[in-house]
Amino acid sequence: MQAILSAEKVSKSFGQVTAARDISMEIPAGQTVGIIGANGAGKTTFVNMITGYLTPSSGRIRFQGRDITGLGPKAITRLGVCRSFQIAQVFPTLTALENMVTALGVADRLAGRAGLLAPLRQPERRQRALETLSHYGIADYAGRRADVLPQGVRKLLDIAMAVASEPKVVLLDEPTSGVSVEEKFTIMDAVMRGLGERSITVLFVEHDMDIVQRYADRVLAFYDGTIIADGPPEEALASQDVRDYVIGDFQLRHAGEGQAHA
Amino acid sequence: MQQAVLTKLGPITLALLAAGFVLPEWLASLATVAFAKGLVVLGLMVLWRAGLVSFGQALYFAGGAYAAGLLARDGGVQEAVILALVGTAAGALLAYIAGFLLARYREIFFAMLSLAFSMILYGILVKNAELGSTDGIGLPQVSFLGIDPGNEARSLANYLLVVVASFLAAVAVEAYLRSIPGSLAEPIRDNEVRVEYLGLSVKNLIHAKLVLAGALAGLGGAITAFSIGHIDPDATAFWTVSGGFVFITILAGTGSVLAPFVGALLFELVRSYAVQYAPELWQMILGAALLAVIMFLPGGLWSLFTRRARES
Repeated sequence: MQAILSAEKVSKSFGQVTAARDISMEIPAGQTVGIIGANGAGKTTFVNMITGYLTPSSGRIRFQGRDITGLGPKAITRLGVCRSFQIAQVFPTLTALENMVTALGVADRLAGRAGLLAPLRQPERRQRALETLSHYGIADYAGRRADVLPQGVRKLLDIAMAVASEPKVVLLDEPTSGVSVEEKFTIMDAVMRGLGERSITVLFVEHDMDIVQRYADRVLAFYDGTIIADGPPEEALASQDVRDYVIGDFQLRHAGEGQAHA
Repeated sequence: MQQAVLTKLGPITLALLAAGFVLPEWLASLATVAFAKGLVVLGLMVLWRAGLVSFGQALYFAGGAYAAGLLARDGGVQEAVILALVGTAAGALLAYIAGFLLARYREIFFAMLSLAFSMILYGILVKNAELGSTDGIGLPQVSFLGIDPGNEARSLANYLLVVVASFLAAVAVEAYLRSIPGSLAEPIRDNEVRVEYLGLSVKNLIHAKLVLAGALAGLGGAITAFSIGHIDPDATAFWTVSGGFVFITILAGTGSVLAPFVGALLFELVRSYAVQYAPELWQMILGAALLAVIMFLPGGLWSLFTRRARES
């Protein structure tokens, strides 16, 4: 099967610091990939390079066989690669509904379904926005300003906006960070339900191994800017390198958090 | 949507046109200048909503005024509508050129860079004898759709033209603000990263807003030029002119396309009366008025209307 997304010896340096080195991988269409690794392992740098937030220092990134290395966010988004962020990127002074209407309006405009001077606020689009919010289980918050939304709701809104344009690939940067354990599965269920129905290829950065095991078809484990394991979750998570450098670190951090709380 | 806008703006415009026939000449002249400034402020409002405060709208205002002035003086064109269109095009062209740089900056850097551009034009105008230097240039009297109204009806003709131009500009800006690109002003102000990741170029969106604002300022400049009959650098390109536009924007608020015209009319009235009755204190009076608006009506005068609408 031809890869929908691939990276070939991609590296990124910030001065003397190398955040990503010689990363190569291929993602087939429709796959759900969990990206794991300790803080500073290069996960977000990798996502940022794919989505045009950062330009690789070397190497090539391809989407559907087309070289997208060095393209900006706008161009990459228009090609069909969208993303959400670790810190939800929404429009804080607009309501959740207005955020969604805006995202759908832009998607309609880019797809040629709306003319240059077609109004943004139309009853039909508002209805679609409400249905989308409902799909993600956040319709009750439609009238609330985004800056006062609970963290989990804001995360879901960010993801819903990211996929409004019907992308082919979506990258989710820590979709469950900063939310309660109970909320994590609710969020991921809502997200995966929406994305799975549309066969969207998903790459998600995640620290919670339970989430990774449950939702990922494949795991990419990062350590010190490189991929140290790549395979099905049970295989990748069982590898010695992952246990030593990723899960061990994860468990140590959580043990530390437990002690701090105690 | 357009119908709704027309139903709101249409009757107001018709009332203003009718009022022109009963207004005293001094008030028609004052309203003409005010509405011409209102056109500039309408463009400033478009930028303001996106979080961009331009202290350099005088660049496009002067550009429009001088383009119309030079065409009338040296080109022999005396048709007001053509001069207004040329002024609009000149303002848009200047904004298009300056926009390549301006669209890259935000906040104080945007404000200061826009100011710098306008002061460059001011410097050119002051130093250039062909452009009248500090004395400026006088314009011949213009005709309106081929009709010379004569001295008695000139103020009325200028007034009617500016009211029609303001109506057309308000309808166009209203349509733009409701469109998908126009509605992205607040999102741009809120979060440029998300706008880019929706697939749009923030730089291009801001560039388009700059061109629209420049065109409106150029139109205002051209109308000011032929309605007053004389233009000079201090009255069109100096930084205080840009400051005046910002003043009116704060005074009026950015809640509606009508606000700039209400604000500009009030500004001109307060200024005229203040100059007449307190010639030594008029700046202080205007300053106090601005202070009061900022303290008690941070959303500008237009927020009085929106507040009343909410209450009812």
